[in-house]
Amino acid sequence: MANPSAVCNGHLHHQKQNNNFLKSGIYKKNGITKGVKKNGVSNGTLYKKTFIEHFEQAPMYVAVLTFLGFGVGTIFGYLRDFMRAWGLEKRNIAAEREEQKDFVPLYQDFENFYTRNLYMRIRDNWNRPICSVPGPQFDLMERVTDDYNWTFRFTGRTIKNVINMGSYNYLGFAETDVNALKTVTIELQKYGTGICSTRQEMGTLDKHVELENLVAKFLGVEDAMVFGMGFATNSMNIPALVGKGCLILSDELNHTSLVLGARLSGATIRIFKHNNMQSLEKLLKDAIIYGQPRSHRAWRKIIILVEGIYSMEGSIVRLPELVSLKKKYKAYLYLDEAHSIGAVGATGRGVVEYFGMSPDDVDVLMGTFTKSFGAAGGYIAGKKDLVDFLRTHSHSAVYATSMCPPVAEQIIRAMKCLMGLDGTTQGLQRVRQLGKNTRYFRRRLHEMGFIIYGNDDSPVVPLLLYMPGKIG
Amino acid sequence: MDIKNMKNYVYWLFCQFELITCSYLMEPWEKVLFYTFNVAMLLTVLYTAYLFVCSHISTALQFFSHFLGNQHENTVSVVK
Repeated sequence: MANPSAVCNGHLHHQKQNNNFLKSGIYKKNGITKGVKKNGVSNGTLYKKTFIEHFEQAPMYVAVLTFLGFGVGTIFGYLRDFMRAWGLEKRNIAAEREEQKDFVPLYQDFENFYTRNLYMRIRDNWNRPICSVPGPQFDLMERVTDDYNWTFRFTGRTIKNVINMGSYNYLGFAETDVNALKTVTIELQKYGTGICSTRQEMGTLDKHVELENLVAKFLGVEDAMVFGMGFATNSMNIPALVGKGCLILSDELNHTSLVLGARLSGATIRIFKHNNMQSLEKLLKDAIIYGQPRSHRAWRKIIILVEGIYSMEGSIVRLPELVSLKKKYKAYLYLDEAHSIGAVGATGRGVVEYFGMSPDDVDVLMGTFTKSFGAAGGYIAGKKDLVDFLRTHSHSAVYATSMCPPVAEQIIRAMKCLMGLDGTTQGLQRVRQLGKNTRYFRRRLHEMGFIIYGNDDSPVVPLLLYMPGKIG
Repeated sequence: MDIKNMKNYVYWLFCQFELITCSYLMEPWEKVLFYTFNVAMLLTVLYTAYLFVCSHISTALQFFSHFLGNQHENTVSVVK
């Protein structure tokens, strides 16, 4: 039985008498322990546990065979294009009307060569509609093609119990269990589904206030603000925080929402190599020494955009080094924890807890509720001044509809479960199980001989196939 | 027993070949074309090997034995 006061606290540096239990994996006495950081930094490194990341290269024969596969595909592509051009085969791609042939061309045939000839052959593997909740298994709509993937049609049947390897349902909170969704159904009947207003007009409900307080407590920060859509959280709030005359240093492999937000803001953007702190330091030094491009004035603000876990590589950001760099050069840090909140860390509080650091080190903590919490939406958390500023100045607050109440209730119940506030340790068990599953999955795939990228602890597991035939 | 395993293994090898050369993705008439071309190339190579490898090997052996044989004869003549 968890002792509620051990978890309600939300303070990362909380140290009760549980240092003795730190080594054992079973936390019976106090229920929940926060952070694994009290073992002491022995040799003075910034990292308290080993940081292993793999990005291995494929063996030579794989590269040769991949080229061979692509070569065969290209030859047949030329053959098919030739046949299409000479009218021996039907043309399925978009083409202009006869009367418009002399106008400026609308479609670029040359650049779509690989789309036309290689992607079309294997297209039937992606973008398939499902018809059940994306749990460990789900139901798929059966889809057939009569003309080799140019058009599809649904037969009306469903394929049941397909193993799910691609959803973001890390902790399994997207579930249909009636007991779990009791509070959500109550709220649905009380509030309905529509808000029909923006946050600043009439769209702030008591549910939002409750949710924001809970998010702030969960992360250990002063205040938080929630938005209806995760992508929009990034793209609408970065322009509110930076503007012209500011410098954005963004990682090479940042998500489109961050890139879009950075471009919309009008600030200067410089890119550093993925997770490479030397590259970032060089950029910071140059920025401070040389200032703005022509006038050489100092930059108004320097902000570093990184993600907690990168969704395509599976790598985790090097947060301790990043924070020390940021403090040395006096820059701001914007951490997008879309994939890492709820999924890494001893109690699921994200990369900040994973590295044993304090959330005060990061200036803007951003995350989404789409992945680990089984809902939709995003949040931005940090100091109270920051959040108050965003409440008035963010585009999303002024113009976008706010989160709907049943979704907010789903997040509240998921977060309470994670924090242990509902009286069970189910949330913590889920986080532990995810960690175990991640390590087991990665280890076994590695033993089977596949090439896996990314950090050993990241639940995102990219598996590289290399050959176009095998991808299909 | 062994035959079944052997057959499975050969089938697996064939599947790997199909995947690597992208012939798994091709339409039937393309597959026919591709396999015909491959088989034709293979037959040509085998035929050439059959015709010419024997004469190549015997020529090579002759070349090397000429080397050794000549030496032998030289020493014999000196002794004489």
